Amino acid sequence: MFLRNIRPVYRLAKCPYSAASIPKPNPEPVVQFNKLFINNQWQDAQSGKTFPTINPSTGEVICHVAEADKTDVDRAVKAARAAFRLGSPWRRMDASDRGLLLTRLADAIERDAGYLAELETLDNGKPYAISYCVDIPNVVKCLRYYAGWADKWEGKTIPIDGDYFCYTRHEPIGVCGQIIPWNFPLLMQAWKLGPALATGNTIVMKVAEQTPLTALYVANLIKEVGFPEGVVNILPGMGPSAGAAIAAHMDVDKLAFTGSTEVGHLIQQASGSSNLKKVTLELGGKSPNIILSDANMEEAVEQAHFALFFNQGQCCCAGSRTYVQADIYDEFVERSVERTKNRVTGDPFDLKTEHGPQIDDEQFKKILNYIDIGKKEGAKMLCGGKAASDKGYFIQPTVFGDVHDQMTIAREEIFGPVMQIMKFKTLEEVLERANDTKYGLAAAVFTKDIDKAHYLSSGLRAGTVWINCYDVFGAQAPFGGFKASGNGRELGEYGLDNYTEVKTVTIKVPQKNS
Amino acid sequence: IGTIPPPLSAPYLTQIFIDNEWHDSVSGKVFPVYDPATGEQICEVQEADKADVDKAVQAARRAFALGSPWRRMDASERGRLLAKLADLVERDSVYLATMESLDCGKPFLTTLFVDLQGTIKTLRYFAGYADKIHGTTIPMDGEYLTFTRHEPIGVCGQIIPWNFPLMMAAWKLGPALAAGNAVVLKPAEQTPLTCLYLGALVREAGFPPGVVNILPGFGPTAGSAIASHMGIDKVAFTGSTEVGKLIQEAAGRSNLKRVTLELGGKNPNIIFADADMDLAVEQAHQGVFFNAGQCCTAGSRIFVEEPIYEEFVRRSVERAKRRVLGSPSDPTTEQGPQISQEQQARVLELIQSGISEGATLECGGKAHGLKGFYVEPTVFSNVTDDMRIAKEEIFGPVQQIMKFKTLEEVIERANDTDYGLAAAVFTNDINKAMAISTAVQAGTVWINCYNALSTQCPFGGYKMSGNGRELGECGLKEYSEVKTITMRLLAKNS
Repeated sequence: MFLRNIRPVYRLAKCPYSAASIPKPNPEPVVQFNKLFINNQWQDAQSGKTFPTINPSTGEVICHVAEADKTDVDRAVKAARAAFRLGSPWRRMDASDRGLLLTRLADAIERDAGYLAELETLDNGKPYAISYCVDIPNVVKCLRYYAGWADKWEGKTIPIDGDYFCYTRHEPIGVCGQIIPWNFPLLMQAWKLGPALATGNTIVMKVAEQTPLTALYVANLIKEVGFPEGVVNILPGMGPSAGAAIAAHMDVDKLAFTGSTEVGHLIQQASGSSNLKKVTLELGGKSPNIILSDANMEEAVEQAHFALFFNQGQCCCAGSRTYVQADIYDEFVERSVERTKNRVTGDPFDLKTEHGPQIDDEQFKKILNYIDIGKKEGAKMLCGGKAASDKGYFIQPTVFGDVHDQMTIAREEIFGPVMQIMKFKTLEEVLERANDTKYGLAAAVFTKDIDKAHYLSSGLRAGTVWINCYDVFGAQAPFGGFKASGNGRELGEYGLDNYTEVKTVTIKVPQKNS
Repeated sequence: IGTIPPPLSAPYLTQIFIDNEWHDSVSGKVFPVYDPATGEQICEVQEADKADVDKAVQAARRAFALGSPWRRMDASERGRLLAKLADLVERDSVYLATMESLDCGKPFLTTLFVDLQGTIKTLRYFAGYADKIHGTTIPMDGEYLTFTRHEPIGVCGQIIPWNFPLMMAAWKLGPALAAGNAVVLKPAEQTPLTCLYLGALVREAGFPPGVVNILPGFGPTAGSAIASHMGIDKVAFTGSTEVGKLIQEAAGRSNLKRVTLELGGKNPNIIFADADMDLAVEQAHQGVFFNAGQCCTAGSRIFVEEPIYEEFVRRSVERAKRRVLGSPSDPTTEQGPQISQEQQARVLELIQSGISEGATLECGGKAHGLKGFYVEPTVFSNVTDDMRIAKEEIFGPVQQIMKFKTLEEVIERANDTDYGLAAAVFTNDINKAMAISTAVQAGTVWINCYNALSTQCPFGGYKMSGNGRELGECGLKEYSEVKTITMRLLAKNS
């Protein structure tokens, strides 16, 4: 059962492991770091406050973690500013050495992969096999990718009019605030650290209060491999206090936020009312997955299932509107329901588990509420629909058929294991319906027809379009949203733009020659 | 560094490296390798000839076949293999520096801190590029989707010189492998040992068989076979301009293989009166004497502005007299021997021409010592542009100092050469710096420094110093073939 399901995992990362070669996890990894990380030192919060971080499989407290507030943010920003001053070790460092530090960080994470995967599963609830085979390897690849960019991010010399020599410098922006979510804690941390450090910035990072533990362990590795003090500062804390303090800070030059569209609005407003810091946002989605009648049925069913249910449905790019062409609709729905009924829910430390708990009580209640609304509004619930256990935040994988575009479950981001399947007739119709959303993060098309594939991929208003696949990511490929799914792109060479200030230098010369 | 390691003992790797395996030469022939500090033989190495080149090309072709492990590999994984190779070179850097110092006669400390570091950094740099080689999608006219793929060229022949054997191997392997090619590499017959050891590390790093093949041998046989081979898609050569011309002809006569050349230089180093004198003297000294003068970038024509000419000559002579000749394993040695008896003789002959053509021999001028191929650091003043020592590449520890009056004059004289590899200007005046750096016909121009090279910076020659650029992003372009793919669409939208 599990080996059959390892294939979708393979698409997210070239997982070279069979179930047999994944190391047996320790379900009680010891937490080593639970304080604020400022200036390469571990510190309590100024207020002395702490907050609990919960194991979502059991609802029990793992440990307490220092809770950063505005005064701690101020201290972290001061440290980051000092690390960024002209003449500092970080500013004077060869770009290739910045790259080498990132490589060493990747090596250290790879060395401690087993422990980090255990800690990630404990704090987030994702199956250990996935933490180990997908999250950690992609963290390592992302850091290695950006390590390679550090000394290759070149400005230009420019043939300007007049007797001038003109060139651009690609300078770091400065102190960058980074606020990351709980759905892929380590991976989101790597997506932020990689480009920011490759380009020479310093960082004040607030990690999600639901999942602070792995990021704090990585902070210690950052110190171990030799990043100068103050270059990376990591603050566990809450959004409305620590997060807001970063967004409104007058001495933070840029803020990168990944999270809900709702909070994204607040971040953008805070930038406007403070110092106009540059803002990039990776927000929510209600991504359409379009299955044409000539698609390979088996693959389409499996991929559509994976597209929605991966990570317990907690993906910004989840394929949460599955549009199926009319003549294959019945068979597709039947097969999807069967596949969903076979999805293995259980203890994430069990290597056979595909489906773990939702992240916390708030999400758990929210998702069950959406399921209720779905039923009330007349969608046909075909399986699942209830809590899967009386301990922890497990929800049964759920499928709704006969969903209409105006239903709440077709318009709002559920962020849970609830699949919506809709019927369509023509390409023009489905393109219009797919684009009829405030979101625009991702989309997919399943078809063998070369013309249909290109017609849809050109027309879909989404930052990533997958053809005959889903959730295929690479550190090399830019990712981000159209419309209210965000602005800016992460990953790839494009990801460097967000962390760069371009300076044009123009020098008078006695006589220009071409 | 506490102590210099003891001399290496056998066994060296002395066979031909094909398909990740060690082979004797098809002919059975071997050739001797010498220690230039003593003139004594180190060992014998298998001598590759045309038949071995044929074998290597076949292996490289197989490794490059569509569907092969190398062709199917993620670009990022190619990068990982190169990064692994860099780590292995770093692991064995003391051993490699010892071997390189023995084979080339370079001072050990310089080899460890310059050659080995340059090798490691170059491999790491190109490791980072492997998955960043981008084609583009193109807004073409008409109802089409158009994009480019930057594909590897195929089987690349690479012929490298003896002055920086390991580092030259890295300059060649780095971009070629990052871009996905398969390689047939011929190290110089004077200095095959470190390159052969690199073969063992290539295998240890995990490169598939046939991706890298290393063939020690001679130019007129193995090198020529590579240049004329109908199954090699590109040849990259670093060496003398004289042989560069032969390579270009061979490519034209055979299959029009792509050719890049890094050849000789007679590089002008221009010192203005407002320069920092101490800096200029020292940089000009290192610029010509580094590696016993055996650098394509040697600043072998030093143009000094008239007002400071006498003082500059005096200080340069004093510095040259202080230059420490000695055994490469002695940590105080600045200058080792020339690479071979032929090179030594050639340098001495050119020195004689300087004397007979009327330049002033300020110091040096003779061979040094009874063993090995040493030449004394030599300085000529009152050199005029028509002398042989001012026109021909000496490739030895011989410094020419000329006088100039005006900016326009020195630009014209600096450019009056068939070469165009590098140039330098020493001045405090921003306008003079900009004027010179724009006007000189040289692939690299240094301002208030010399030999400042780094793997991120493109390097190569104007005119007969070569064509194409190595290092930097430019270096990658030489190892890619651009394919444009245009697909009909039902309806294009922006």
